[in-house]
Amino acid sequence: MTGRKSPWGGGDGDEPKGDAAASPESESAGVEAGAGEPSDDDAAPASPPVAPPRGPRNPWATSEGDSPSRRSPKMEDILRQRMPKGGGGGGFGGFPKMPERANGRSWAGPLIGIVALLWIGVSTTHVLGSNEEGIVTTLGQYNRTALSGMSFTLPWPIEKMSVEDVTSIKRDFIPEGEAEKLMLTSDQNLVDISYLVRWNIKNLKLYTFQLDNPHDTVKEVAEAAMRAAVAEVPLKDVMGGSGRATIELGVLKRMQAILDAYRSGVLIQGVDIKKTDPPAKVVEAFQKVTAAQQNAQQQTTAAKQWAQQVINQSQGNAAEFNKVYEQYKLAPEVTRRRLYYETMERVLSNNDKVIVEANGVTPYLPLPALQRSAPVTPAPAPAAGEP
Amino acid sequence: MRIFAEQRATWFAVILLALIAWSSLVVIPETEQGVILRLGEPVRVINRFRPRADFGMTGAGVVVRIPFFETLTRIDKRMLTVTMERQQVLSTDQQPLEVDAYALFRIIDPVRMVKSAGTTERVTEQLQPIFSSQLRQELGKRSFQSLLTAERGQAMRNIRDGIDREARQYGAQVIDVRIKRADLPQGTPLESAFARMTNSKEQDAATIIAQGERDAQIIRAEAQATSAKIYADSFGKDAQFYDFWRAMRSYDATFANPKNPGKSSIILSPDSDYLRQFRGK
Repeated sequence: MTGRKSPWGGGDGDEPKGDAAASPESESAGVEAGAGEPSDDDAAPASPPVAPPRGPRNPWATSEGDSPSRRSPKMEDILRQRMPKGGGGGGFGGFPKMPERANGRSWAGPLIGIVALLWIGVSTTHVLGSNEEGIVTTLGQYNRTALSGMSFTLPWPIEKMSVEDVTSIKRDFIPEGEAEKLMLTSDQNLVDISYLVRWNIKNLKLYTFQLDNPHDTVKEVAEAAMRAAVAEVPLKDVMGGSGRATIELGVLKRMQAILDAYRSGVLIQGVDIKKTDPPAKVVEAFQKVTAAQQNAQQQTTAAKQWAQQVINQSQGNAAEFNKVYEQYKLAPEVTRRRLYYETMERVLSNNDKVIVEANGVTPYLPLPALQRSAPVTPAPAPAAGEP
Repeated sequence: MRIFAEQRATWFAVILLALIAWSSLVVIPETEQGVILRLGEPVRVINRFRPRADFGMTGAGVVVRIPFFETLTRIDKRMLTVTMERQQVLSTDQQPLEVDAYALFRIIDPVRMVKSAGTTERVTEQLQPIFSSQLRQELGKRSFQSLLTAERGQAMRNIRDGIDREARQYGAQVIDVRIKRADLPQGTPLESAFARMTNSKEQDAATIIAQGERDAQIIRAEAQATSAKIYADSFGKDAQFYDFWRAMRSYDATFANPKNPGKSSIILSPDSDYLRQFRGK
């Protein structure tokens, strides 16, 4: 179907006939177009045996018996439709028909012209996205860099444009995947590190022509720079927060310096360390350290709490003493006696008491019996203390 | 078809010209250098690398050669990478280290390269053993520690110069050498490093626990000292009264403790101070 729209109608020769007949529009179009020029008689005998079974027919129409009258105009239409427009189709080897143009010249000229126009159109006009630049080479020699937007070059073999995305940031994860990547630190420990390099192209010309494989070179340089940076710091700093930032910055600077020295046209946007872990085999020992730290923390916390309690207690006691002492100073003798009696009162009221008269006489003390009878007798003693 | 028939001679000429052009004109892009060989003998170099020439100002473009008589060999003009196979080097302190390295080189003398190696792939092949022997030689002079750290810079320069000397025979210039990876080899060295790390971490853990204990003890001792000072400041004002007051508190706690109501039997002499008034004095 598309063939009919082509300016030279080349495609029409290939169209299946049944298909062309299938749609009513094509049929009517064929009638209109077909009226203009006489049909070629070469193809006519070949086509009819093929077409009828494939043409869409109303089942009832055939049974009515008027099918020949319906079918024959169809076939003619098809043929007529093909002939005037599809003259170019005859240009292909398989189709012998090659109708003459109005002025009797060959179709080869216009055909070549159209192909040439198309080729020039496609290979001279370039539309670059906002993130793209193109390198234009004239017969292999660098000529200019095309910026984003529309640009024109000479047709293909003379000028060539290779387009590259320059501003989008490319990201390389090292290592790719979840593999363990061990690096040696300055204290000869190992650390499992994974990081990300972000970069883009700052000079497409250099990027294109300087290095054999710039992308791989970026990765290799990243690897070398990261190793060198990690090898300069002890494990503690690699794992710690501030050390990481220093390493990231160091790697970035180092990479940029190396890549600039290569004149690679690459701009490193950033290096991000994703993780720094101890190697899987020593993780347990690292966890022990963490546990020990927690333990130590716990111990000091407990000690601090205890210390606070002790100090509070002593402050309380001291305050009590101070208060009492203030009062005692005002009336030493009275306070002293009062405290004495009050205390003795509490003491003796809660306990059994025996008063022994004679000096040097040790009476027999039936202590168990005393204890038993104790609740009966205590009354006199406190009473004695009161006055 | 008529056009072919009518102007057969013209068409023939056009095709012949095209053929001649096709076989005698060659495009050399910016990324390549070309050596024209006349019967196998290099006669001229096209788009030879010059350090200062900017792209667009180089000799890239269309060149003419005599068909069949002259042939063109294309040689990469860009920086090429030669990577060294993973290699074990031994430091002066007999520690093995596995090293991956790469070198960047560029063909600067295409004629010499064509004569000595033929293709850049061959150059790469030739450079590889030189690379690894240079690397082993240079790194073998250094201690393990210095391999890891900044001294790499000088080592790398020495290696580069060493390879460069050899590479010049092939018309190549070595621009840079870098160690990509420097790892402990699998097996004993790696395991012993792990063991060392584990050991050191366990010791760290023990130390941290001991430190925690020490800190706790110091905190407690300080609290006790503070407490003692508070008491001394307070009680020191009157030692005698303190003795009396404390004794009273102590009797209270011992004999009249409501929390611990054990009965004691107290034998009093009528002479005791407490019973002084008993006697009516």
